[in-house]
Amino acid sequence: MIEAINSAMDVALTQDPQVMVFGQDVGYFGGVFRATEGLQRRHGRDRVFDAPISEGGIVAVAVGMGAYGKRPVVEIQFADYIYPATDQLISEAARMRYRTAGEWWSPITVRSPYGGGIFGGQTHSQSPEGIFTHVAGLKTVIPSNPYDAKGLLVAAIEDDDPVLFFEPKRLYNGPFDGHHDRPVRNWSGHPDAQVPQGHYRVELGKARVMREGRDVTVLAYGTMVHVALAAAEETGIDAEILDLRTLIPLDLDAIVRSVKRTGRCVVVHEATRTCGFGAELSALVQEHCFFHLEAPVERVTGWDTPYPHAFEWDYFPGPARLAAALRKCVDT
Amino acid sequence: MHDTESGSQALRRNDPGLHIPEPAFRPGDQPDFSGISLPPAGAVARPSVDIDPSAIRELAFSLIRVLDEGGHARGEWDPQLPADVLIRGLRAMMLTRAYDQRMVRVQRQGKSSFYMKCTGEEAVAVAAALALRRDDMCFPTYRQQGLLLARDWPLIDMMNQVYSNSGDRLKGRQMPVFYSSREAGFFSISGNLGTQYSQAVGWAMASAADGGSRIAAAWIGDGATAEGDFHYALTFASVYQAPVVLNIVNNQWAISSFAGIAGGEQSTFASRGIGFGIPSLRVDGNDFLAVFAVTAWAAERARAGLGPTLIELFTYRADGHSTSDDPTRYRPTTEPSAWPLGDPIERLRDHLVTLGAWSIEQHSTLEQELAEAVRAAGKEAEALGTLKDGPRIPAASFFEQVYKDMPPHLVRQLRESGL
Repeated sequence: MIEAINSAMDVALTQDPQVMVFGQDVGYFGGVFRATEGLQRRHGRDRVFDAPISEGGIVAVAVGMGAYGKRPVVEIQFADYIYPATDQLISEAARMRYRTAGEWWSPITVRSPYGGGIFGGQTHSQSPEGIFTHVAGLKTVIPSNPYDAKGLLVAAIEDDDPVLFFEPKRLYNGPFDGHHDRPVRNWSGHPDAQVPQGHYRVELGKARVMREGRDVTVLAYGTMVHVALAAAEETGIDAEILDLRTLIPLDLDAIVRSVKRTGRCVVVHEATRTCGFGAELSALVQEHCFFHLEAPVERVTGWDTPYPHAFEWDYFPGPARLAAALRKCVDT
Repeated sequence: MHDTESGSQALRRNDPGLHIPEPAFRPGDQPDFSGISLPPAGAVARPSVDIDPSAIRELAFSLIRVLDEGGHARGEWDPQLPADVLIRGLRAMMLTRAYDQRMVRVQRQGKSSFYMKCTGEEAVAVAAALALRRDDMCFPTYRQQGLLLARDWPLIDMMNQVYSNSGDRLKGRQMPVFYSSREAGFFSISGNLGTQYSQAVGWAMASAADGGSRIAAAWIGDGATAEGDFHYALTFASVYQAPVVLNIVNNQWAISSFAGIAGGEQSTFASRGIGFGIPSLRVDGNDFLAVFAVTAWAAERARAGLGPTLIELFTYRADGHSTSDDPTRYRPTTEPSAWPLGDPIERLRDHLVTLGAWSIEQHSTLEQELAEAVRAAGKEAEALGTLKDGPRIPAASFFEQVYKDMPPHLVRQLRESGL
């Protein structure tokens, strides 16, 4: 998946001279996860470069560059470090088009590895998407596989609104279904790892049905898509699994269509539960599908604690917890 | 005060408790600013623009002044402007003051919710606007309305914004005085202080990446230098040698907190730039000629690819922070008149009179003319509505432009709102 993300930026840099890529360690070195490897060499130091350890500054200058007419793509090295940039994201980038009635806007993309599964403790594991989905004016995108990662990132870069692009870091090198005790897999041979060389887009705001089913709808994104697929397989429950891909704008139609058919819904994410994006999904499902529901909407999430280093697998919502929720939901 | 020789430091060393900075004067005190060290006009030398920043560190602690007490221009920093440019500057400053006076009045009448004057600080924005090129990009705070007026931006457009009326280009979305004008090179005002400072550096970096000759200029208050964005701005400006003029408007007060609460007691604000290797100058912000000259010097450096400049404009906020503020509760009522650097309009007027290019009669005629122009524009704007009465943009418009295209959830909410 990391190559797909690299390719998306390579394509964007090639096609649009206004694209600039920068962040901590992204220039000569090519990023701590290698997402920008080779881009500086191919596109020049004035378009792909290192930035100071200053998340607030990185996003601030991106907003300024956007006002000038550039299309900046910045990397926040870990989503856990994005908080110093929240003022620039929430008060500035998100509202620039609105507060200037369209005189200026922020066509910026903020890429950031997020989520757990790598023993990163509380400073390299967080899933802060819910903080940003709460903000009017931001878009939030989370891919679950290499094909989508490239197509969604190209679409995010080409989008004229500010986009937060959270990359599930546990998926960088292979799919992960939460079975941490099994051998690590890579992406080779996976159907969604066939990534075309050139330009293509995966439209923002469109969910994808990863598995069709009749018993229950699972709403998932990022790493949890793979966990959900495993849980369905292991329980034998005929779950319909939706990969939301974009949280804002959300593909509500796809959600409603599926839940009305199955009559049951489980929401899953790695982020903490209270006020997490799952709360919004759960509310939307009851607002739009109440008379079709045969069971309460279940939420499977990270616990409402900081991310505990040594207890990663007690914290991470793996296939066993999801399986239990699926059973509870279909048995109700 | 900024005089590091003053007694405050000695007092602090002897005080075993936590040091809480206190301004020199509180309500009821007789303000006496004789302790401020003010070099005479013309005393500070003007270095060449390509000088090594380390060779001019003392400029961050001195005070560049051109106009002396007798209205004469002194020394190497005199920009030697022709009289018509000086009169243009004078006119823009006077227009700014007349505009401010009128808008406070209409706020008191309930026709707008809020207003912010820049009384006493008119030279900060107006002189800079005249020293910059028209296509240079400004990232102001809410107290640089003089930039728009010096760039001949229509009064009525500004008033429409203050009134949030049917002619407001910002569609009633922003508080009064949070102007935005792409055409005038005036970036959208933010209430989150300091954010524009670091954005300006990004804009300048983009211009440099394009090999363009346009530069950026940014303003921040003394109080907001305590924000992270100030540090981001100086770091990025220094690292990438961005073509940007970074202005700190030290008007002594951040609402009720004096500059000492932002760290101004221990060193000058200009001196913050020294650690970044950025040429840092301190200038009499009430001296039109000095502000013009220093801005022109910084702009020339930026355009020549020599990087950023930090300028502390030493001035005084002669009125309240805003119409919601009452400065008599925290500083002496006589403090503004005791401020030793005078009034920027009077000082430029006296200079022009000394030159023989202006007279007191001409001045009062112009004053009346401008008041009349503001009144006429006000009538025109009020015909388009005020916050209290009259037409406004249809409310449903507030759902627009959250995104380029309205996403489905907002379409649903707009329908739900019944607007």
